[in-house]
Amino acid sequence: MNRYSLWVYVTVAVALALGALYTLPNFFGEAPAVQVSPARATLKVDNAVLGRVEEALKKAGIQPTGVFLDPASVKVRLADTDTQLKAKDLIDQALNPDAANPSYTVALNLLPNSPRWLSALRPMYLGLDLRGGVHFLLQVDMRAALAKRAEGLAGDVRSQLRDKNVRHAGIAREGNNIVIRFREPETRDKARTILAEQLPDLQLADAGAGGDLRLVASIRPEAQKRTQEFALKQNIQTLHNRINELGVAEPVIQQQGSDRVVVQLPGVQDTAKAKEILGRTATLEVRMVDEDNMNAGALAAAAAGQVPFGDEFYVERNGQPLLVRKQVVLTGDRLTDAQPGFDNQTQEPAVHLTLDATGARIFKEYTRENVGKRMAILLIEKGRGEVVTAPVIRTEIGGGRVQISGRMTTVEANDVALLLRAGALAAPMEIVEERTVGPSLGADNIKKGFDSTIYGFTALALFIMIYYSVFGVFSTLALCSNLLLLVALLSMLQATLTLPGIAAIALTLGMAIDANVLINERVREELRNGVTPQAAIHAGYERAFGTILDSNVTTLIAGLALLIFGSGPVRGFAVVHCLGILTSIFSSVVISRSMVNLAYGSRRKLERVAIGNTSWK
Amino acid sequence: MEFFKIRRDIPFMRHALAFNVVSLVTFVLAVFFLATKGLNFSIEFTGGTVMEVSYERAAEVDKIRKALDGRGYNDYSVQNFGSSRDVLIRMPLKPGQNSADLSKAVMEGLSADDGTAKLRRVEFVGPQVGRELAENGALALLITSLGIVGYLALRFEWKFGVAAIIANLHDVVIILGFFALFQWEFSLPVLAAVLAVLGYSVNESVVIADRIRENFRKMRKATVTEIIDNAITRTISRTIITHGCTQTMVTSMLVFGGPALHYFALALTIGICFGIYSSVLVMAPLVRWLGIRPDDMIKPPRKEKQEAVV
Repeated sequence: MNRYSLWVYVTVAVALALGALYTLPNFFGEAPAVQVSPARATLKVDNAVLGRVEEALKKAGIQPTGVFLDPASVKVRLADTDTQLKAKDLIDQALNPDAANPSYTVALNLLPNSPRWLSALRPMYLGLDLRGGVHFLLQVDMRAALAKRAEGLAGDVRSQLRDKNVRHAGIAREGNNIVIRFREPETRDKARTILAEQLPDLQLADAGAGGDLRLVASIRPEAQKRTQEFALKQNIQTLHNRINELGVAEPVIQQQGSDRVVVQLPGVQDTAKAKEILGRTATLEVRMVDEDNMNAGALAAAAAGQVPFGDEFYVERNGQPLLVRKQVVLTGDRLTDAQPGFDNQTQEPAVHLTLDATGARIFKEYTRENVGKRMAILLIEKGRGEVVTAPVIRTEIGGGRVQISGRMTTVEANDVALLLRAGALAAPMEIVEERTVGPSLGADNIKKGFDSTIYGFTALALFIMIYYSVFGVFSTLALCSNLLLLVALLSMLQATLTLPGIAAIALTLGMAIDANVLINERVREELRNGVTPQAAIHAGYERAFGTILDSNVTTLIAGLALLIFGSGPVRGFAVVHCLGILTSIFSSVVISRSMVNLAYGSRRKLERVAIGNTSWK
Repeated sequence: MEFFKIRRDIPFMRHALAFNVVSLVTFVLAVFFLATKGLNFSIEFTGGTVMEVSYERAAEVDKIRKALDGRGYNDYSVQNFGSSRDVLIRMPLKPGQNSADLSKAVMEGLSADDGTAKLRRVEFVGPQVGRELAENGALALLITSLGIVGYLALRFEWKFGVAAIIANLHDVVIILGFFALFQWEFSLPVLAAVLAVLGYSVNESVVIADRIRENFRKMRKATVTEIIDNAITRTISRTIITHGCTQTMVTSMLVFGGPALHYFALALTIGICFGIYSSVLVMAPLVRWLGIRPDDMIKPPRKEKQEAVV
């Protein structure tokens, strides 16, 4: 009765073999590496780049443990983290002679240390708390995104009405609504028809009476939703660009919920720099200086807080006060490129901007109409604007190439260019959660988690083997196979292993022994009641199974609740916990029974089994 | 080897009242501490910033405090973490303060005093995220409880479901009571431990419930009290050995796991110890008081056959 059919043994053997195979890469671990990838889409990595990398390392006497070329990057595996840092700097210098304009991104990374034949399989993916790095949760300010959209639409309304020669008595933005005033009802009707046709995103409603007629335009709900989705998408894209500038090997940038973005940068050492780049929410705005009010009296009044209607008060970098119109000529959306450089005539540090077609057209129109006037270029960060420069327009500027210069250092020019090139954020973002783990703490965490599992497991195995004798050995082997399968599963799924995850492995092992204790106790009890050994084994496994299933289901309910509602560290725990429950049912019931069946099942006359003393009753 | 050579059933139910009074007292105490002292929530729930800084020599906490005071910070806490060379600095949330600037400014202040100061870890949680985490945690607890009651009601009888969840929620409250009494930090991993313990110690109730069901079938003439006593006695060795094994693992985490796993393991330890007590000595009397009868569990023959297949 204690025999499994062949297919069960085969299943067990195959599961164990696969488990061993997938677990194997973990024993080799991961080695520090440097990864070289092209910084621009037009560049490719090929054998020539590989050669340059090898040569640079050879010159400095660094012996890499492996150099690989894959379609997207060159990877160099190194012996330790010190050489890794040194190699990174060397490669960076060799491949990017112009540090301000790098052709290749050189980043620190980890590579599996496994031999070539095993390289298709990967070890468990270590979470940030084990390998070090930064995790950010960013919240997108959707109200600001809508306000910005409304501002843009107000501009569109203005130009539409001007193009069609509709005379209005003023356009103002009130919250997310645009209010247009008219004197005659006929003009209002005309305007309504034009706007309804040209700007389908707007919902129009009449208001006011007599001489004060108003048309209130609000953004349609579906357009609002589209704006928000677009804002999130653009922000994610912008983050991608910015992070590429940082040179991170495997960044994670994901949408979470409807208005949040998760950013994970494994292995980043300079967290301050990362935060600075990510946290910046700069947008570029080009506006006109209000020349009519640029007299001493108005400026003094503005400095005291009495800013003329439709203007904003700024102070230039050199300390000169400035009144700038609120109306935006151009925003950073129209910008396609920004490069640091130098002014051709003065040799001052400068930033060269390239605008897209629409931007170029608008810019040309404005500069043509406003020759001799001043234009202000503002960098808006976190709702506060700063006038980068406010040059006088000398001539019409066509072709979409603009240069900003004036009182900048080279470093500032670099920073401004990076910020602008990385693209403007569609809406400001704020860091609402941050976890930074230094690499040394990560290594500590691995060691501690690993130690507690090993010591606990050893103590447990010793006890069980002494207490249940041969059955204890089977239980221990079943527990080992549980660990093997769990690690294999985690490697296979590339689930992220965190410190709570390691704790979950230890806890799962501690809980999984319950099934074997249940079975062994039941077998003993049956033996005490005078049942023959074969029947006792049979009854022990059969009767205990229902209980094991029930108790695992209740544990699984708790695990699933954690998985669904947990975030961050709890989720890492829950994933391993749930997987561990599944593997433990299989290993403690099927695998342990296969061993028992193999050992005892074929003996016709089994006098006694080694499960400890049962003769006391 | 065999630890438990129990020849006669232990009359657990005779002392049921005493056990229940004990657990009621502990429960009331736990609730009292929760109400008066409250939980010491980690910044994950309250929002704020935590920085772990390590030094090459023993860290001088007073000097760190002075440096922070000098930079105009107040309302922070500085304490040693794990070893004398590591310190943990906690800062509450302030409107308009940027986490990036904060950790940078603090590190500048500390490095000025001692160049060996190294930032090991920063955690910042905004107020909204903290509130969400707390809400989700409570929701997870609720869903787990309902799920377990539902499953036990389906598999056994509603009386078992109710008794088991009362017994085990009483464990949860006691764990929380300990955390309130000693003002241990209640963090997300601790919450995970609490829920894991909830799922785990229900096992205990399941094992006993299974035995009671089996006994109802086999011991047709016995009284309910005798049946429960027998079920507990027969499973007591399994109960203690299983919990001992799990506790071995948890103790190992407590000893070798370092400060990051300390409270997690502590919550598990309390949970496991009270888990034994509550599932055996709280759940069983409750079931009896809810009036369990053999007919509750032994369904008509057709159904019984179905159950045997499961």
